[in-house]
Amino acid sequence: MQREGSALHGLGVVILKELSDHLTSTRMRVLEWLIVVVGILAVYGAIQQIKDTTAEDPFLFLKLFTTSRESVPFTFVSLLSILVPLVSIGMAFDSVNGEHNRRTLSRILSQPIYRDALLFGKFLAGLFTLSVSLIALWLLVIGLGLVLLGLPPNGEELARAFIFLLVTIAYADVWLPLAMLFSIIFRSPATVALVSLGLWFLTLIWPMLAPAIVIAFAPSSSEETLILASQYFQRLSPSTLFGEVVVAILNPTTRSLGPMYLSQLQGAVLGAPMPLGESLIIAWPQIVGLIASTILLFVTGYVIFQRQEVRA
Amino acid sequence: MSADNVIEAQGLTKRYDGATVVNGISFSVARGEIFGLLGPNGAGKTTTILMLLGLSDISEGQARVLGFDPEREPLAVKRRVGYLPDQVGFYDNLSASDNMRYTARLMGLEREEREKKIAESLDHVGLHDVADRPVDTFSRGMRQRLGLAEILMKDAQIAILDEPTSGLDPQATAELLQIIRNLKDRGVSVLLSSHLLDRVQSICDRVALFNQGNIALLGTVGELGRQVLGIGYYVDVEAEGQGLADKLKAVPGVKSVESASGNHMRIYAERDVRSDAAAAVIAAGGRLLRLSVETPSLEMIYTRYFESVSGGRHAA
Repeated sequence: MQREGSALHGLGVVILKELSDHLTSTRMRVLEWLIVVVGILAVYGAIQQIKDTTAEDPFLFLKLFTTSRESVPFTFVSLLSILVPLVSIGMAFDSVNGEHNRRTLSRILSQPIYRDALLFGKFLAGLFTLSVSLIALWLLVIGLGLVLLGLPPNGEELARAFIFLLVTIAYADVWLPLAMLFSIIFRSPATVALVSLGLWFLTLIWPMLAPAIVIAFAPSSSEETLILASQYFQRLSPSTLFGEVVVAILNPTTRSLGPMYLSQLQGAVLGAPMPLGESLIIAWPQIVGLIASTILLFVTGYVIFQRQEVRA
Repeated sequence: MSADNVIEAQGLTKRYDGATVVNGISFSVARGEIFGLLGPNGAGKTTTILMLLGLSDISEGQARVLGFDPEREPLAVKRRVGYLPDQVGFYDNLSASDNMRYTARLMGLEREEREKKIAESLDHVGLHDVADRPVDTFSRGMRQRLGLAEILMKDAQIAILDEPTSGLDPQATAELLQIIRNLKDRGVSVLLSSHLLDRVQSICDRVALFNQGNIALLGTVGELGRQVLGIGYYVDVEAEGQGLADKLKAVPGVKSVESASGNHMRIYAERDVRSDAAAAVIAAGGRLLRLSVETPSLEMIYTRYFESVSGGRHAA
């Protein structure tokens, strides 16, 4: 059945409202400070480490993101992969059911807009807020690197660092529609927060869990199958995908994200950096995977929201 | 669709998971009329309202609101219809006027018009002084009034109010009803649902009585009285004299006479029989002390109707 008018009528209004909510809420401020403080500590540690063990490295600047102090097990990248989902979840866990519970949903939807605009607006405002926070953090880190390392990044390093930023935003965006989806399904924000955080925790232990699951289901397969199967399994988790992309982008010597056969290594100059384009191609499936899961999660939430009854 | 009807429903039906919540109801609301949807909770009133607004799919039948199909042209409907949901909610951290600003933007009002209308409508509902206070300091009645202010701001042709007075204290109720009457005076048609019967009776032109997804009765309160109780009026007579009850029973149009305490009698009648009753008392040599007429209260009709319905069910 054809509906009259644009589905996105009123989208801009919703985005502005949600943005102002995000940018003024105490919750967002706390989450942002958490990530900024922790991120800067990690980078500071990395800088100390780089200074102590200076070596010839054409991509020294990128080490900012991937090195850690020996005593501290966290790099900037690994901290981001843990904390960024928290920010996304924190932003979206009461996005739709909050409107239900405040009883504002039916009042807003009785204005001349479609539900599409409301959901899109909430998603885009979240995406925008995340992007702004991450860009600010990224600039802060680059600046810190410039000042403390005293070494300007070259063009390719900057390009790789920028792609890393985009991928981080894409990774953060996987969690946004996930939390929104749960906030559509469950009426209580506490339930949404618990379920989302449960999934988040699952992705933390997933790299250890995946091989165990594969062995449990196929105990007698060959070692090769086991390794491949558990890698595919691990890639179900967005943080695995994120980690793999980051390795390929920030570590230019990476040639493959899976096991390689000896025949494939013939003629390869090991340790030689790959051109940026090649690194991107290596990481491309993972990047697509991240974006696709965002879209898939959003569409699922969208369909459920469209069919949901408005009344509380 | 007749030109005078702003809402028309034909065989409107809603099913959820096999259960029929609204079962083929038909009714119409005339321009400038206050129409009441009455009935117990869960009888299908809110679902009917949501279908009219295009916020809920219609399983069967059709609805026309100001000539628009709420399923196909929901924006056209929502642009012209104001809706006050049951226990309306606002963004508590925002001020009253900021809440209004958000909805005004959603309506597409330009800045100047927006500010003017927000001020006007807040003034109209008596919230002008608290316009900049956050809504979480508002009482229930103030929130309802803020909801009505939104409808005023919209210049809606129809106001749909779901349980507008539930949970309000008597004074807040009176204020709210006054605003609803003002709406009518501005030419706005009002569709309201309620279970607060005496209040509804005082402002509704016509009512529809819901029962388990069906409209059991439809009409003015007087018509319903005749349908359910078989009477349209009751006349209270206080008179001294002998055998007055029998004399009064003989008056044309009187259904029955009930002797209450002392000299007090209550006549149930199809029409206003005051003058005939007075004549009868005088003719019988009685002394007429008091004579008053009332239409049966909606509450009486409602109670009697549901007694008869559930009584029938028990018997079956």
